Amino acid sequence: MVRKIKAPKDLSKLKETLLAKRNVVKSRVVVCGGTGCLAYGSKKVFELFKEEIDRHNLFAEVELKNSGCHGFCENGVVVLLFPQEICYLRVRVEDVAEIVSSTLIKKEIITRLLFQDLNSGERIAKEAEIPFYKHQSQLVFGSNRFIDPKEINDYIAIGGYEALAKVLEEMTPQEVIEEVKKANVRGRGGGGFPAGIKWETTRQAPGEIKYAVVNCDEGDPGAYMDRSIMEGNPHRVLEGLIINAYAIGASEGFIYIRQEYPLATENTLHAISQAQEYGLLGKNILGSSFHFSVTVHRGAGAFVSGESSALMAAIEGRVGQPRPKYTRTAVSGIWGRPSNLNNVETLANIPLVINRGADWYSSIGTENSKGTKIFSLVGNVNNTGLVEVPMGTTIREIVYDIGGGIPGGKEFKAVQIGGPSGGCIPQQFLDMPIDFDEFSKVGAMMGSGGMIVMDEETCMVDVARYFLDFLAEESCGKCVPCREGIKQLLAILQRISRGEGNEGDLSVLEELADVISDASLCALGQTAANPVLTAIKYFREEYLAHILEKRCPTKVCQGLITYFIDPEKCRGCGACLKNCPSEAIDGDRRQIHVILQDKCIKCGICADVCPEKFHAVRKLSGEPVPAVPLNREICRGEN
Amino acid sequence: MKTLHMIIDGKEIQAEEGATLLQVARKEGISIPTLCEHHELSPYGACRLCSVEIVKGGRTKVVASCVYPAEEGLVVNTATPRIQKIRVIILELLLASSPKGEVEKLAAEYGADSGKFAKELTFCILCGLCVRYCQEVKGEGALGFIGRGVERQVVYYPHLAKESCLKCDQKCVSLCPTCILPNIFGLAIPAFDKTYPTVYPVRLLDENNLFNLSNTIK
Ligand SMILES: Cc1cc2nc3c(=O)[nH]c(=O)nc-3n(C[C@H](O)[C@H](O)[C@H](O)COP(=O)(O)O)c2cc1C
Ligand code: SF4
Ligand code: SF4
Ligand code: FES
Repeated sequence: MVRKIKAPKDLSKLKETLLAKRNVVKSRVVVCGGTGCLAYGSKKVFELFKEEIDRHNLFAEVELKNSGCHGFCENGVVVLLFPQEICYLRVRVEDVAEIVSSTLIKKEIITRLLFQDLNSGERIAKEAEIPFYKHQSQLVFGSNRFIDPKEINDYIAIGGYEALAKVLEEMTPQEVIEEVKKANVRGRGGGGFPAGIKWETTRQAPGEIKYAVVNCDEGDPGAYMDRSIMEGNPHRVLEGLIINAYAIGASEGFIYIRQEYPLATENTLHAISQAQEYGLLGKNILGSSFHFSVTVHRGAGAFVSGESSALMAAIEGRVGQPRPKYTRTAVSGIWGRPSNLNNVETLANIPLVINRGADWYSSIGTENSKGTKIFSLVGNVNNTGLVEVPMGTTIREIVYDIGGGIPGGKEFKAVQIGGPSGGCIPQQFLDMPIDFDEFSKVGAMMGSGGMIVMDEETCMVDVARYFLDFLAEESCGKCVPCREGIKQLLAILQRISRGEGNEGDLSVLEELADVISDASLCALGQTAANPVLTAIKYFREEYLAHILEKRCPTKVCQGLITYFIDPEKCRGCGACLKNCPSEAIDGDRRQIHVILQDKCIKCGICADVCPEKFHAVRKLSGEPVPAVPLNREICRGEN
Repeated sequence: MKTLHMIIDGKEIQAEEGATLLQVARKEGISIPTLCEHHELSPYGACRLCSVEIVKGGRTKVVASCVYPAEEGLVVNTATPRIQKIRVIILELLLASSPKGEVEKLAAEYGADSGKFAKELTFCILCGLCVRYCQEVKGEGALGFIGRGVERQVVYYPHLAKESCLKCDQKCVSLCPTCILPNIFGLAIPAFDKTYPTVYPVRLLDENNLFNLSNTIK
């Protein structure tokens, strides 16, 4: 039977009791239950651990935990063993019995499950020494691994809700706002707006009723940092939200979670009901005179509903579409009442600021960007996953030290930062620090933290086209510059990639991009041209090659490439001929094979099936297809 | 009501609190082009043709004058080169889909090039005048929007239209700044009764209507 915590000192007592209980346990097994690891079967792995621990009668000394995401998702299922801090990667059900009998009982490490350094081949046992983790600083995200998201006691045991207790016991709302301002916490959801200033605007806005709102819409393709926090440590966001509500004077709040995040919704709902039972939500929180309750609102799955005015319209039950926002939502938001909206990660930073103080917090990072930022590192990079680094870390450190560099020894070309309306940052800025303002200066933006690494084989026309494609579908379609402008930007890029570009295209693109940025109603349109603008700015030569020479330098744009069989290399094995789906290859045994260009559909299958040792199929771009030799016989014995 | 002081196009003027920049400008005899604005309907801010530049805190910003409220001390410029450029491009974008009616007139006035962008005729600029008239003035919901992004379009709901349109003044038709509604509405009305017994929205521009339109309106 849970008893309500009626005063801050009872919270500390509860923490001590929980810690004392913990100390009895000799070792702990943590199985990651984040969405990535779930997909690799972590539920089954967890069940098996339970059975094995029971079978060996270890339940008294081994504690088994299910946790949220640790970030190294491509290596799921991730299993941690404490106190040794051993990290096993890619654990499958077959491995569980051995982990229990060898590592837990005999204290032997299973080498094959350890991280292996790609270059040196060295195996690393300790989690903190794996390069992917070693160069991170997981201030916000790190506690995921110590917490079962369904267990409020786990959060309390590591100091959870202490910041709330401190706020209610020792600080006035204005003091909380001052602390957040002093720490210079900037919004992690896209704009980088100073949270403290927004809180103050909401607090000072006239009106009895105010709302505190969390944005967990996270619509950027490939981004999942908010999801992983919400799924893995919902109480931390809740604590941040309650502190926010206290500071702005709200007694009601909303957590807006996108439809596609069922686990985040489940864990959040569970956390809310636990917090209510403990007296951390509801009336007279921790025995104070402060009341606050919160409702979860499930989003309808459109990217644009993450925009603040659209999100608030959706909470009101209207279509999630931006409205002209010349009065800020902090002054007139949900039902016309002052509403403070913050991103999940922003709020997850708040307990840290309160517990350790603004001075400590603002000692991390750069002059105008404080604390850490979580990125979703994907693309052409060896280690992908969620990474949390202090502001000021360079892009190079993220790509090379944490990400382990580019696979296949290829060259780095650019990194796309900031989601679909972010920008491409080229090689010359590799040493640029992670910083809200530095990113904006080069035409990108921090966004919510998407980071896509692109190697030398990436075509920058194709990349811009990809993001515009996304935005054309995700624009709400209300205002003309965004709806029609994106459509035309896309049409021009499609023409360029088909080889039908003409000289004036670049200036039309730039001129149109300017108007879309200037005149669109909401930030989606205002930033939609960023990917095109940065691509043209930093890779102009590549655009000109497409337009003037009808050449795609990276040989990606289908309309600009031809497949060609090198007569010097073809050995007449016939693999291409057999596999071509379009009957576009002519040839016979012992004869040089030839692609009939008018039949070729450019699927590239011939290149894939041509045996490695011959490697005869080439892609050409911007050059004529060489003539077929008259004599196509291949001399005997040469093979 | 408080009186505000502002500067529009270099002229010092007074405005009433609560007015939009568009209303203030019009009162001063400054003309600003609009396509989605109508005095009987709530401001919508979708066509962006009414964009103007404001100077605030030393910074210049483009805003839609039909929704931006008058503010004390605001400096507004309604016809800078940047604004003219925005209007021309917006009209050029609209010409690609709806080269008729008001768009055609404004395009001629601003010298917009009808060949600048790839054409795909829809004859609807999604200004929402018809939809808002139906909802706000008539209190009916016979017209509405579906889809988002490039898929967005105006539809009517046959089961509602059947009830409301026949007894209505059908002024939505004359509000339409392009030619689509006047041309299509007549075609749609007889169909309200019989053909569509469902509650599903029906596109004003089905392939058939679009085909007819493209052929009759050149
Ligand atoms: C098209 C669009 C989509 C957005 N999507 C999100 C989102 O998914 N999550 C988010 O936190 N902010 C999103 N934002 C930013 C929000 O409008 C808002 O600035 C943010 O939630 C404020 O919180 P913060 O100050 O803590 O970042 C989006 C903005 C735009 C224009
Ligand atoms: S900018 Fe785009 S997403 Fe925003 S209101 Fe206009 S059409 Fe909708
Ligand atoms: S049909 Fe006419 S009035 Fe209705 S949204 Fe389209 S252009 Fe505007
Ligand atoms: S009249 Fe202002 S946006 Fe259309």
